[in-house]
Amino acid sequence: MQKLSTQKSNQSSVFALISRITEHGDIPWRMLIMAMALLVIVLMLAIGALLFRDSAIARAQFGWAFISPFGESSWDPVGDHFRAWPFIFGTIITSLIAIVIAIPFSVGIAIFLAELCPPWLRSPLSLMVELLAAIPSVVYGLWGIFVFLPLVVAPSGTFLADTLGVIPGLDLIFAGPISPSGASRLAAGMILAIMIIPTIAAVSRDVFMAIPPSQREASLAMGATRWETIWKVLIPYGLSGILGAIILGLGRALGETMAVTMVIGNSIEGSTSLLRPGYTMSSVIANEFAEAVSALHSQALVEIALVLFFMTLILNMIARLLVWRVARRNAQEARA
Amino acid sequence: MTAASPSISTLTSLPAPQKHYISGRAGYARRKFTNSFMLGLTGAMTLLALVPLFWIIGYVMYKGGQYINLDLLTQLPKPVGMVGGGVLHAIEGTLLLTVLAAIIAIPPGLLAAFYAAYHPNTPLGVALRFGTDVLSGVPSIVIGIFGYALVVKTQGHYSALAGGVAMAIIMLPTIVRTTEEMLKLVPHTLREGSLALGSPEWRTSLKVTFPAAMSGIVTGFMLALARASGETAPLLFTALGNDRFEMGKMIQNGLHAGQSLPAIFLNMLQQPVDSLPLTLYKYTQQPDVSRINQSWAVAFVLMVLVLTINIIARVIVERRMAKSRGK
Repeated sequence: MQKLSTQKSNQSSVFALISRITEHGDIPWRMLIMAMALLVIVLMLAIGALLFRDSAIARAQFGWAFISPFGESSWDPVGDHFRAWPFIFGTIITSLIAIVIAIPFSVGIAIFLAELCPPWLRSPLSLMVELLAAIPSVVYGLWGIFVFLPLVVAPSGTFLADTLGVIPGLDLIFAGPISPSGASRLAAGMILAIMIIPTIAAVSRDVFMAIPPSQREASLAMGATRWETIWKVLIPYGLSGILGAIILGLGRALGETMAVTMVIGNSIEGSTSLLRPGYTMSSVIANEFAEAVSALHSQALVEIALVLFFMTLILNMIARLLVWRVARRNAQEARA
Repeated sequence: MTAASPSISTLTSLPAPQKHYISGRAGYARRKFTNSFMLGLTGAMTLLALVPLFWIIGYVMYKGGQYINLDLLTQLPKPVGMVGGGVLHAIEGTLLLTVLAAIIAIPPGLLAAFYAAYHPNTPLGVALRFGTDVLSGVPSIVIGIFGYALVVKTQGHYSALAGGVAMAIIMLPTIVRTTEEMLKLVPHTLREGSLALGSPEWRTSLKVTFPAAMSGIVTGFMLALARASGETAPLLFTALGNDRFEMGKMIQNGLHAGQSLPAIFLNMLQQPVDSLPLTLYKYTQQPDVSRINQSWAVAFVLMVLVLTINIIARVIVERRMAKSRGK
């Protein structure tokens, strides 16, 4: 009996000591959560570092000419000669189409949701817009191939080729004919637009909703109409946030893989027309990486991934800084 | 002073009171017309943007509904060219990959979110939020290449493990962000009360704030799972695909050979596996009509899975936000 209780008190004094040293367990806890926070950051760096390492031979062999728009563009897995420009061009052009189509829609949606929509309709509409972002990329691709391309893209492509495509100068962009299946850069851009509208709309809606009501009230009190208030007061006020949202959408468009791969036609040809098939950085990786012919081939594909990584990294940083700036300014204003 | 300057500058950009513009009857009518026209246009654009949503959902339900049957959910694929068979391998593979990714991503994501929520203004806190934001923008195909370099190359073969790691990286930023948001919604008084009673920080976090934010955090996990389970690109060169994957048979054979269940599962992780989106993608690349038809049915299953989780999770989150705003 005696022995048991001393053992017990010994044990509890050991626990007390441990508890005192570790501040009741808080020091290991803090170290643990800090380590996990660091892990997320290290993961970011590791992605860049590993891609950099695994593309060493390709980088040494081709240098900056790999991503240069000038010089001959060739992608020749048999002859081991690789230039990534056609893919970079394809990625940029499809993303630009997507952005141009998506901007008016998303800003319109954001204005409608934040400024005009009756409160009871706001959350179901927001939910539906966000559901667009939840649909898996492959389903967009499947629907694109069998429904959207033949029914929408091919007819509108033919129309564009017949009207704008015959005008000298514009035929660089709109030269036809579009293939009967509709597979083209235009198709990829249009599907991308549908996919990034939810991103831009949701972030811009939050930007509009964060604008202090005093801005609206002052403008309306001066006799401006609601549209004048939106166009001349709210949009300039939230411009950097909206710009951030657009860049965020652009970042998503650059990296999107499956839907684009399924509808763009996957071919490198000399034409710059939007109505012709193209190829993007993400789709060439998706199509060729698993069956890369030589070490240099797979290294060149990793280098494309590296370029893509840096492009989205820079865009995301700019976008976040812009959106954060608006949030910070609003917080300051609320305090003042 | 600095706070007032933007409002002044924006007010000066209002229309100058020119006679023809502001007071003339025609000018007034024109302004009124522009107003209603543009406001109507934003509403029309919202409706038009929702057309693809209903078009896709409707068409997938209609087309997939024709080809979905019990065989599809319970059978392995028949050889190319033969009618029938199913995608059981992909359903099991999706299950395995998603559970694996959740096991890998949830513990670090949860703990990092505690850091982000309660130390937001330290350098590491700022770096963490910036890091998660940027990580969520990294293209999934790049994460696929990373998974290949990290796991497949070191192990020397494609595996479910590699696919799970890649999917976990896709899930991680969503988990950190939503958990952080939900922890911040818990009233400060709750946490402060616990700390004031002498409870250490870890006990307060795990036993007071975490349970209070639990339902929101779980919905955040569900959203992350839904997003990751629809991804194809990260699996192309990690999980690769395997149309002979059969969980039941592997367990049976393993038990016959006298292996323990954990050992069987560890073996399973070393096999390449398929997933629903991966199968869907491969089937659309084949000229075989019955495969295309099956891909619509796979899309049906995938859409039901992803949309149900999303709608339930978002409704729960919305309710929670409304409740905490109401307080």
